Amino acid sequence: MTPTLAIALTAVFTAVSCALLGAFLVLRKMTMVGDAISHAVLPGIAVAYWLSQSRASLWMFLGAAAVGVFATVVIEVLRKKLKVQSDASIGMTFTTLFALGVILITFWSDSVDLDQECVLYGEIAYVPFNVWSAGDLNMGPIALWSSGLLLLAVLGYIFVGYKGLKMSSFNEDYAAVLGISVAAWNLSLMAMVSFATVVSFESVGAILVVALLVVPAATAYLLVEKLHHLLLVAAFFALVAALGGYACSRWMDTSIAGTIATLLGVQFLMVLLYQQLILKRNHHAVA
Amino acid sequence: MFDPIFIKVLIGTLLLAASSSVVGAFSFLKGESLVGDAIAHALLPGVVLAFILGDGRNPLFLIFGALVAGLIAHYGISFLEQRTKLKADTAISLVLSTFFGFGIMLLSAVQRTGLGQQAGLERFLLGKAAAITLFDLYVFAALAVVLLVSVAVFFKGFQLMTFNEDFAAAIGLPVQVIRFVFTILTVLAVTVGIQSVGVVLMAALLITPAAAARSWTSSLRFMLVLSAVFAAVAALMGTVVSASLPKMPTGPWIVLGLGGIAIISLLFAPEKGWIARRKRAKGNQLKTQRENLLKLLYGAEEREGETVAMTSDMIVAMRRQHLDGLRKTLRSLKKEYLLVERPDGFALTDKGRSEGRRVVRLHRLWELYLTERLGMAADHIHPQAETMEHIITPEIEALIVKELGNPEVDPHQSPIPYEED
Repeated sequence: MTPTLAIALTAVFTAVSCALLGAFLVLRKMTMVGDAISHAVLPGIAVAYWLSQSRASLWMFLGAAAVGVFATVVIEVLRKKLKVQSDASIGMTFTTLFALGVILITFWSDSVDLDQECVLYGEIAYVPFNVWSAGDLNMGPIALWSSGLLLLAVLGYIFVGYKGLKMSSFNEDYAAVLGISVAAWNLSLMAMVSFATVVSFESVGAILVVALLVVPAATAYLLVEKLHHLLLVAAFFALVAALGGYACSRWMDTSIAGTIATLLGVQFLMVLLYQQLILKRNHHAVA
Repeated sequence: MFDPIFIKVLIGTLLLAASSSVVGAFSFLKGESLVGDAIAHALLPGVVLAFILGDGRNPLFLIFGALVAGLIAHYGISFLEQRTKLKADTAISLVLSTFFGFGIMLLSAVQRTGLGQQAGLERFLLGKAAAITLFDLYVFAALAVVLLVSVAVFFKGFQLMTFNEDFAAAIGLPVQVIRFVFTILTVLAVTVGIQSVGVVLMAALLITPAAAARSWTSSLRFMLVLSAVFAAVAALMGTVVSASLPKMPTGPWIVLGLGGIAIISLLFAPEKGWIARRKRAKGNQLKTQRENLLKLLYGAEEREGETVAMTSDMIVAMRRQHLDGLRKTLRSLKKEYLLVERPDGFALTDKGRSEGRRVVRLHRLWELYLTERLGMAADHIHPQAETMEHIITPEIEALIVKELGNPEVDPHQSPIPYEED
């Protein structure tokens, strides 16, 4: 497998997984919680790296997912028990946890193969160099495997939980009447977002995960109404931006993650212009 | 460590942190703290573009770039919120992440040329106060002073805009102008703040000191001062730690310090802190239980027409209350001589009887008030009266009695027991 293909596939798997989960965050008005989780998992990742001395261990994924869910719980406690308004409790939680993560990483920078740059931009360009070898057999880049697994997990999660996710996203009361636990779907979605963040983190960095979670889903949200259309269109935008962003970054020699995010922004702007100019004008013409 | 340059950096950093937290306190109160987070992330491309297009070493260019990017981000968010079907949270995180991604892309392009390292653009990400040149520091410190003065000048306007915008408009204040000034100040505050904490953690400087200060006071002025003090203390800590550990950025330590201050404040602040509120809730619970017990005994006396004694087992059976809780209630009543313990159980003292009579009276007065004045059906009023009997003050009681014209009986024809003089 060529390095280019490995990077491109990793980018696509990551982007599509995030976009699919992001669609539910946008519908539930919870994108800032996704943002918070993507920052908050950092101390979990730092501790797991330090303990296991390796990346991509199963324990790391589980540990970081737990920290992500923990952050969600902290936000709720701040809001309900300590009476902090919800936007402020999100802001306080993720900045404090992220700060703790950066400090841990800087302290352990000699023993942990992780630095501030990786945290911020990700190192998708190095994907081909971290290979998983089973004995003498070269199994290919680890990140490719983990992002592929992530995509399968996300697809499986949505396939199995489609009805519950749909109901609890659109109408909480109706979902409750049908016996669907809104809280359970919330927590499981947050666990999936944490999982996606941890996997994506190495490739695109903590903050740009947010771009992948929010922007394709928001772009699709401007265009379509139905949930399954939203998922398909968001995945499509993510796919195009991931491939296009990677190509552009090679051409301009810029950060891959930054370029993918920029391209997502450009896509959104184009759709927004189309929607504002063309659709609105047609609307007026009909009226 | 305490050389003159360090002292200057320290003073500068304290000023930066304090001034941006004061402006942040307003956006916190308006419930727009995360907009500040988005603006902070959005400044990155502005700063880097200013570096590429203008003179990279001149802080005025950076401030200008930041201002333009911040305003675009701010109005971009408003536009998306008002003109598209996207919700506020999506608009904020969308602007935040795409601007930041664009900034990272530009930054990677600049770094390739090697110029970025020289200019110390990295410090904008996580803050590195020690990397600021003295000239930068003077410029940003001056800006911080401008911010503080502007807040003082516009205090009244900001206060009205924050708490009651409609009222501000109604009394003829130029709300649009005030809001525009506030937007400019927010962007400048973020520009100033990121010198010490960096764009990624800037939200903490806007939100956390304000949230901590809020639990100590209800006065806006005092809250602003307290936010500034908290931010300065945390900045002091961050700068000292960062100066003593070579690779350590300032931002995370400031943020961690703020987090600590916030947790202490939210838990331990008098009145609004969690522990104080817990205590108050416990106190109210005990008061309610005491009053219910006195009411129970008074009611029994009313039926029997003589002093009644009840054992704790009898009370448990009647009130379905846990024995432990009941013992505590009984102890506290005995201590204040509202009850006496006799061989056949607990009985009211004169003082206790008067207290029980008061609770029963309030209950019946409120039931009467609900039926007479609010037109509620007699079979729906009991639960409400159960709550109100513990809340009504003597002043309100007097008003109700007057309003109902010294009534004799409640809607269930039970007599309303007044105090015999």
